Amino acid sequence: MKTAEIAQLLRLEVALDLRQRAAWGGMLLYVVSAVYVCFLAVKGGLGTATWNALYWIILLFAAFNALARSFQREEGGRQLYLYTLADPRSVVLARTVYNAITMMVLSLLSLMFYALFLGSEVLASADLPQFLLAVVLGGLGFATVLTLISAIAARAGNGLGLMAILGFPLVLPMLLAVMRASKLALDGVAWSVTSTYFGGLLLLDVITVTLAWVLFPYLWRD
Amino acid sequence: MKHWWWKSLAVALLLVASIAAFWVPLSPALVHVSPSRIAPGEVVIHVTGYNTHFTPEMRVFIENDGQQVCASMIETIDATHARIVMNVPQGLRASMSDLSVQGLLYPGAFYSDALGDGIENDGCGNVNKIELQTPGFTFPNRSILYESIRNLHFHVPMWFTMIVLMGISVWHSIKGLGDNSLDRDRKAVSAVHVGLLFCGLGLTTGAFWARATWGAFWTNDVKLNGAAVTALIYLAYLVLRGSIPDAHKRARLSAIYNVFAFMLLVLFLFVVPRLNAIDSLHPGNGGNSGFNDLDLDNRLRVIFYPAVAGWILLGTWMYDLRERSARLRELTEQ
Repeated sequence: MKTAEIAQLLRLEVALDLRQRAAWGGMLLYVVSAVYVCFLAVKGGLGTATWNALYWIILLFAAFNALARSFQREEGGRQLYLYTLADPRSVVLARTVYNAITMMVLSLLSLMFYALFLGSEVLASADLPQFLLAVVLGGLGFATVLTLISAIAARAGNGLGLMAILGFPLVLPMLLAVMRASKLALDGVAWSVTSTYFGGLLLLDVITVTLAWVLFPYLWRD
Repeated sequence: MKHWWWKSLAVALLLVASIAAFWVPLSPALVHVSPSRIAPGEVVIHVTGYNTHFTPEMRVFIENDGQQVCASMIETIDATHARIVMNVPQGLRASMSDLSVQGLLYPGAFYSDALGDGIENDGCGNVNKIELQTPGFTFPNRSILYESIRNLHFHVPMWFTMIVLMGISVWHSIKGLGDNSLDRDRKAVSAVHVGLLFCGLGLTTGAFWARATWGAFWTNDVKLNGAAVTALIYLAYLVLRGSIPDAHKRARLSAIYNVFAFMLLVLFLFVVPRLNAIDSLHPGNGGNSGFNDLDLDNRLRVIFYPAVAGWILLGTWMYDLRERSARLRELTEQ
């Protein structure tokens, strides 16, 4: 594992994204629009279960939207250039870390907008640290799975359409676990109950990152 | 002989297991008793049995907290229906009473609320005197399941076969990532094709079983959701293959996806159902009794294991044929 290389690649990601600020703006606008559409559609109070489900559905689509482009940049010559410069494993790890950070920021921002428009009464009775942990772990989980999927989709040369088909079933265990965990957190259930789900989520993340680490060199090779 | 012995074994096992799964009768049981309440005095009880041979000479008694009351008159309508008259005495000790007909027990058959200190035991529950039937080789007869218990020998082997085939597929995918061989890719995709067929059969047999026992073709059960998502993942695998024209690239990308898919299959079919077993209606999950509780004398197992082996061998055989025909198609196209 080359930490220096990963850090360098991470810095490259940040620099590229800072140069293209429209991408981040696009992601935020997507979330805000989705939340606003929900606000207009719902009109009035939501129960805890619906509030939770709607939030995760918005976040799921936001994740697909945000992460689909993560390997679109490398087309033709640029991929080859990067391949000669860096170890593919560093590339995938750097990109997973970057996507994880993106998703964490995005999920917390969307939570803010969501609470603003659709009401935060639900959060009043919730175990807030637990709920935030669920949000962060959920974003992390989406990022780890979708990074590899977006790489496969980009290599297959068929971006978003294929990404949705390949990604939805793979992201489902993550989504189910995180929805259950955050629902329990919203109900204010004790740590001893929810810790199974948090443990499961972390385990899923670790398995996914390990698989990405093992498989990515094969994907990157042409 | 050397090459096809296992194919004959598959045919033999499947024939034996499938015929036995339909042929073996259910053991006799009482399926319906009315009324459900009794009070002291003369009570007329209608009993419906299944696979029984009621005779007017059979032994019938009510058991209440270890004390027995005999039938005063038995009138058999046919082999499975009987009308029984009882003189229920005052002073039953427990509110629930069991009914025993011809050595078959219907636990908790009656409720009575006028309780006392007990009755005079007339001793007709003496176990030695019961004319025990010897029904031979039978399957357990349980309420709710009844005849549908036979489906165990079809529904469960489908999933075992699917898991074996997907295992074969992921094995070839991993090997293929190492040596870049298109042969491995063809083997992997052939196994997925046959595995999906068995997944479909498992879902179909399961849906009919669910309709018969749970009341609906599809329920919100962890195992059902897991199976549905597994099917979706492998269908997505086929879509991924279809969208890549270059054979070597297709082999590599789909092998990577296949490894992921198999990991999720293991998670969905083995880990998640154990994590939240409360959501499952399946036997052996969520506090439901499993088939090993029903199958005390191993009569289901005797048929079940050959059925599993037979279906797995048949699935492997189908995979082999499919792989060979795909190879021939490739050769003729060249």
